Amino acid sequence: MSRAQRFVSWNEQRFGSAKGVRWLLRYVFPDHWSFLLGEVALYAFIVLVITGIFLALFYQPSDTHMIYHGSYTLLDGQQISEAYHSVLNLSLTVPAGLLMRQTHHWAADVFLAAIVLHVMRVFFTGAFRKPRDVNWFVGLTMLMLAIFEGFAGYSLGDDLMSGMGLAIAYSVAMSVPLIGAQLAHLLWDGSFPGGSDFLPRLEIAHALLIPAALAGLISVHLALIMRQHHSQFPGRGRKESNVVGTPMWPGYALRSIGLLLAVAGILFLLGGLVQINPIWQWGPYEPYLSTNGAQPDWYIGWLIGALRLMPNFEPTIAGHTPIPNPFWGGVAFPGVVFTILFFWPAAERRFSGDRRRHDLLDRPRDKPQRTALGAALLSWVVLIFAVGAADRVSFRLNISYAAQIHVWRVGVWVVPVVVYLLSLSAARALQRSGAHPLRGSPRVRLRRRPSGEFELVDAGSPSPEIHERSGGHGERRCERTTE
Amino acid sequence: MRELLLRLLTGWAALKALRPQRSARQPDPATTMEQRLGSSHRAESIVAGLLGLAAVCAFAFTAVYAAGANTQLLGLALGLALLLAAAAAIVAGKAVVRQETAVQERDQLESADATEHVLEITHSGGEGISRRTLLIGAGTAAGAALVTAAATPVASLGPRLDRIHATPWRRGVRLVDDQGRPYSAQQIEIGSFYTALPEGGDTEDLGAGIVVLKLPPELLQLPAGRRGWAPQGILAFSKICTHAACAVSLYRYPTSEQTSAEPALTCPCHYSTFLPGQGGKVAFGPAGRPLPQLPLQIARDGSLRAAGGFDQDIGPSWWDVHRV
Repeated sequence: MSRAQRFVSWNEQRFGSAKGVRWLLRYVFPDHWSFLLGEVALYAFIVLVITGIFLALFYQPSDTHMIYHGSYTLLDGQQISEAYHSVLNLSLTVPAGLLMRQTHHWAADVFLAAIVLHVMRVFFTGAFRKPRDVNWFVGLTMLMLAIFEGFAGYSLGDDLMSGMGLAIAYSVAMSVPLIGAQLAHLLWDGSFPGGSDFLPRLEIAHALLIPAALAGLISVHLALIMRQHHSQFPGRGRKESNVVGTPMWPGYALRSIGLLLAVAGILFLLGGLVQINPIWQWGPYEPYLSTNGAQPDWYIGWLIGALRLMPNFEPTIAGHTPIPNPFWGGVAFPGVVFTILFFWPAAERRFSGDRRRHDLLDRPRDKPQRTALGAALLSWVVLIFAVGAADRVSFRLNISYAAQIHVWRVGVWVVPVVVYLLSLSAARALQRSGAHPLRGSPRVRLRRRPSGEFELVDAGSPSPEIHERSGGHGERRCERTTE
Repeated sequence: MRELLLRLLTGWAALKALRPQRSARQPDPATTMEQRLGSSHRAESIVAGLLGLAAVCAFAFTAVYAAGANTQLLGLALGLALLLAAAAAIVAGKAVVRQETAVQERDQLESADATEHVLEITHSGGEGISRRTLLIGAGTAAGAALVTAAATPVASLGPRLDRIHATPWRRGVRLVDDQGRPYSAQQIEIGSFYTALPEGGDTEDLGAGIVVLKLPPELLQLPAGRRGWAPQGILAFSKICTHAACAVSLYRYPTSEQTSAEPALTCPCHYSTFLPGQGGKVAFGPAGRPLPQLPLQIARDGSLRAAGGFDQDIGPSWWDVHRV
């Protein structure tokens, strides 16, 4: 018996696994570059777990104060917390500690970016439709958790930036109507900056609870994909009932391992070469300290933008303050965005009347209303995100900060309407012309039959396939599928 | 007749027993549509070369670690090792191994038979129960009570809201800087601003930090009830923004005639801007209420002291915040 034979039968005799393994090895993945975005997020998560374990072995979640006498002489003699000290030590003294910390930080930023791009891909291609609506909910839940996870992570350092971020988070918690103050006091173990249990809680949330929840949801996400198979774009031989692509073994497995290694490689290059969050420069946090020009990690930017944009509106009713101002930017705004995303599959079913299962993806132009509304929502969020950097624009370009805010208070409502109308007409124009927005018009070859009528000649296949697909509003039309 | 039935039954059983053997080799889950054996000596050499370089870089990582662990070199070595291995895997996946495009049928998931059967089984479990509503009601009550009981200990996470309005500032508390040195009234100059803390107070307390500044009389327009709060034009405000609890650490004091804007305190987090001359009134930004003012007095020795507590709650607003 060869070694491979012995290996397979060893497993088969114990686990009866050959059937499952065979299924896995022959499992077909459809190919499209945009399907890799979710994979990038998965691989960034793996890097996060590995580097995070290393960091967890050095971090001390303690707010006990001490006097710093370490290698970074600029902070010598400063009163700092043990938490901040442990991160300084990890960054400046532990060999490879800074590499791990910076790689972890970069991986978090890439993780969130990949998730957001993946959500956009799923939205604009209609991949959230039945049977993948449950996976859409799982994915959105993971996005929310990932935002909390990232914020909790960079708040652990107890440096000036992390303290400023936590002060804002505390204020947002306080702003929840009726229960806000009690909620904030439960989370922080007392009034801000919190009791001595706060940092240990934050660490447990960041290093155990949220990662465990994410790992569980990732398992569900992947199990559902395996069960339902990946969706695919229409094309030669591709039908609702099948999936055409590369089998797992050997081609796809090698390419996927390649992607994992590439993601890890780029993250470690970033972690080694591109400085991120140099906490020794920020200094320790005290509630009476802050610095100008502070910006959060990118995925919190939309909330900062909303908090900054919100007009000074905080009414009192019978001696109470029912809705403190940070509620609008910090709770209501992300609440509205996620509610729209969560209800989208049901809303689309309701308004289009299309309740069928869909395994073939739309191109964005195929559903002009979905594309235009999605683009409008995206432009709203992106604009508010950009307003979060209005202070940088003010410093660099010397445009009055107040003037920018006054303009965008109106602009964030006007621009999405314009984006909606433009996207709608662009989608309809593309639908009519059949052009690819980047590659231009499709080359169509016609052949005249002896009987006189014309037929389409597909360059790639001897018999051109014509797919019948239903349009956005129940009308049926014939169109030639392009690859 | 009975014999025939028996024979049919045994025949069916035998067929059923035979079945797994007959289809021991199930059809391939995926059928090949196109395939190409792509390997060439060249591609194989490239993969081997890339893997070799990856090994060199990975060794270099260990070497750099041993030689002082320079962060940039560590990142470069490990990053390149991983990227070279990635390139090897991708070239191998695209040019060395067999290239295959295959078709796999999707599971249609829905089975009317199974659905019906599941419903039957579920219903059969409840057969013969006479007081269904009573049991469901009791079960719901027990479930809800258990969930409530399980969630109750969450209340232990935080203390009761007894200290939420408290700050270390009382009448007579001296203003000191972050090194503990007391501030005297002469020290405070127009156009500058100072961070002060309560002498002997906990500097971690959200209410501890205040800003102290001095305005000329023509810029002082305090509300009517605060006449004696700013001796010699020296004012103190909570340093914690009433919007989102960041420290108000920017001070704008116009120094030329052209800039007519009056002095203002700004929070760098969301740029809420307050007018100290008007008792901390909000001039711009999202803050929903003024910056709390602390009445001051000048002691006989010239030192600055609080003349009382804040006029309203410091920090961010909540449902029951005391405001002016």
